[in-house]
Amino acid sequence: MPLEPLMILIAEDSAADRMLLSSIVRRQGHEVLTAANGAEAVEAFRQQRPQLVLMDAMMPVMDGFEAARQIKALAGETLVPIIFLTSLTESEALARCLEAGGDDFLAKPYNQVILAAKIKAMDRLRRLQATVLEQRDQIARHHDYLLNEQRVAKAVFDKVAHSGCLNAPNIRYLQSPYALFNGDLLLAAFTPAGDMHVLLGDFTGHGLPAAVGAMPLAEVFYGMTAKGYGLSETLREMNAKLKRILPVDMFCCATLLCLSFQRRSVEVWNGGMPDGYLHNIASGERTPLTARHLPLGVLSPQTFDDRTEVFPMAVGDRVFLLSDGVIDTCDAKEQLFGVERLQQVFAANRQPDRLFEEIEQALQDFRGEARDDVSMVEVSLLEAAQLIPPPLVYSDSGQSCPLDWSVNFEFRAATLKRFNPLPYLLQLLLEVHGLRAQSGALYSVLAELYSNALEHGVLGLDSSLKRDASGFTRYYQQRNARLDELQDGYVRVHLQVAPKDGGGCLTIRVEDSGKGFDVERVMARPVDGIRLSGRGVSLIRQLSRNASWSDEGRSARVEFFWEALA
Amino acid sequence: MSVVTEVSSDGKKLTISIEGRFDFGRHQEFRESYERLGNKPESIVVDLKKATYLDSSALGMLLLLRDHAGGDSSDIRVVNSSSDVKKILAISNFDKLFDIS
Repeated sequence: MPLEPLMILIAEDSAADRMLLSSIVRRQGHEVLTAANGAEAVEAFRQQRPQLVLMDAMMPVMDGFEAARQIKALAGETLVPIIFLTSLTESEALARCLEAGGDDFLAKPYNQVILAAKIKAMDRLRRLQATVLEQRDQIARHHDYLLNEQRVAKAVFDKVAHSGCLNAPNIRYLQSPYALFNGDLLLAAFTPAGDMHVLLGDFTGHGLPAAVGAMPLAEVFYGMTAKGYGLSETLREMNAKLKRILPVDMFCCATLLCLSFQRRSVEVWNGGMPDGYLHNIASGERTPLTARHLPLGVLSPQTFDDRTEVFPMAVGDRVFLLSDGVIDTCDAKEQLFGVERLQQVFAANRQPDRLFEEIEQALQDFRGEARDDVSMVEVSLLEAAQLIPPPLVYSDSGQSCPLDWSVNFEFRAATLKRFNPLPYLLQLLLEVHGLRAQSGALYSVLAELYSNALEHGVLGLDSSLKRDASGFTRYYQQRNARLDELQDGYVRVHLQVAPKDGGGCLTIRVEDSGKGFDVERVMARPVDGIRLSGRGVSLIRQLSRNASWSDEGRSARVEFFWEALA
Repeated sequence: MSVVTEVSSDGKKLTISIEGRFDFGRHQEFRESYERLGNKPESIVVDLKKATYLDSSALGMLLLLRDHAGGDSSDIRVVNSSSDVKKILAISNFDKLFDIS
């Protein structure tokens, strides 16, 4: 006995046969509808939707073949099994039954046992089809739902991610629109000094889990970059945040860059990403920017290593970063594309602007099909004047602007090691509305004064080391080493704001505990921007007013003025 | 079985061998290989001799194992890595967390 009684339509022109068949089927526990010809059968089907049809092939008005075709058309995707009842025996006629849409046939005279078995078998098929359809619809619904969720999530994320400066003229990038759901992340933003921070990241895994971590990472990146924090502080914060919120097996490989257009240098931290490359256009040389660290979110804040490397750059030089999708691309034999093949593409490259396309082409040739999930970004160094960072947006009205005050700070060894006071100092100064228009210059000068006091003063580093590229790297290695070992010393910052003729004047004095320098000799050098060393001093003299050094170079003093605000 | 577990006779050393691709598909088996043990072994060896490939979710699984085995105080060696696998481990700087050979 079937588990569930079916409604079965019997189409048979012979009244006797119809009655016989009806009683057999009823005895098997099913409900019966009857029709005396094909047209009646189609009509009965239309009205009552029986689940199974027993169809005589030869009937007046409309034969079983035509009726079967019409019923199948009405049933659509639902499987309504049709079993032909036939005294036909030639195989051609039997084949016609199936061609017309019949699912099986039963030879007259009827054998009750076989009829029952066929109904059962057809019912199984019918249920299977119903289940498949239901599951298909469910999958389709879930898929639509997922796509919609991704669309919304992406729209929200784009608002966050694109609040930066990816459209700056010195950035070129290639990223799938759904890179977020591959775990790839590309962010760029200007610091208050006009430097550019760039992050290319790659979260473990795919889909929503990979996308979830991107949001807090982007927020830390933009928030801290805008406030003037350097790479190290930003990295420490990003690592601590990811470590706190991500499960143990999730992390984010990332390369962070700080491009300084004024210092003509790039600072790099690479945790777990493939080598990036610094392309020296003049020599054609490509310096690999190798991963020296574990990815973000793996180590505890206590053991995290925020040490960066600094490389000099000339105008036109480029930094190229890529996601692991490039070198991890496999060919049919599971061979990896690998770094060597990438370097062959570099070597063959003639037009730097076609590099992305050439890499994509090489991947396609290697793999046999294109990839749409690799991320690449290239950032070039422009003249500082060619890039104008967007103005900062302030939300206060200016009514409570402080105009007459002074403050002194002394930062001692243990603080100098890990703490960057510049963002706090800048925020404090930008409470003065008159200074906001020159926030970039202000931050740059403050940063130069501070790093001169720290590096040449407290740490006693010799800036002439930075004459050439290798010395440049050595300089920053020494800087890190000496900072690690620092026991005593100080940097003092004195800020004084005074009103003047409706506008005002800011005086900044920075003192250090170092040995000082030969002020007259350094000041005698022309103010230029070409040399790698000594750029700090010329920058300070260009961007501020009345820059002067006293106490044998241990005390620097600059001024900023502003006019009455309209 | 693509994840084979072996515990030394004194119960102090667990060896987990991976065969074929070490990726998200091994997640369940890999976790079970150490979670089902009654006693925590003192040292763990992950044998990648027969592993052909390793992706970032495998790195995540290694981190899970490390966490389970006591984090910084864990003793985990990753042995017999092929040159491709070694490259991936090197890029991620996992040699700072695991003894890799």
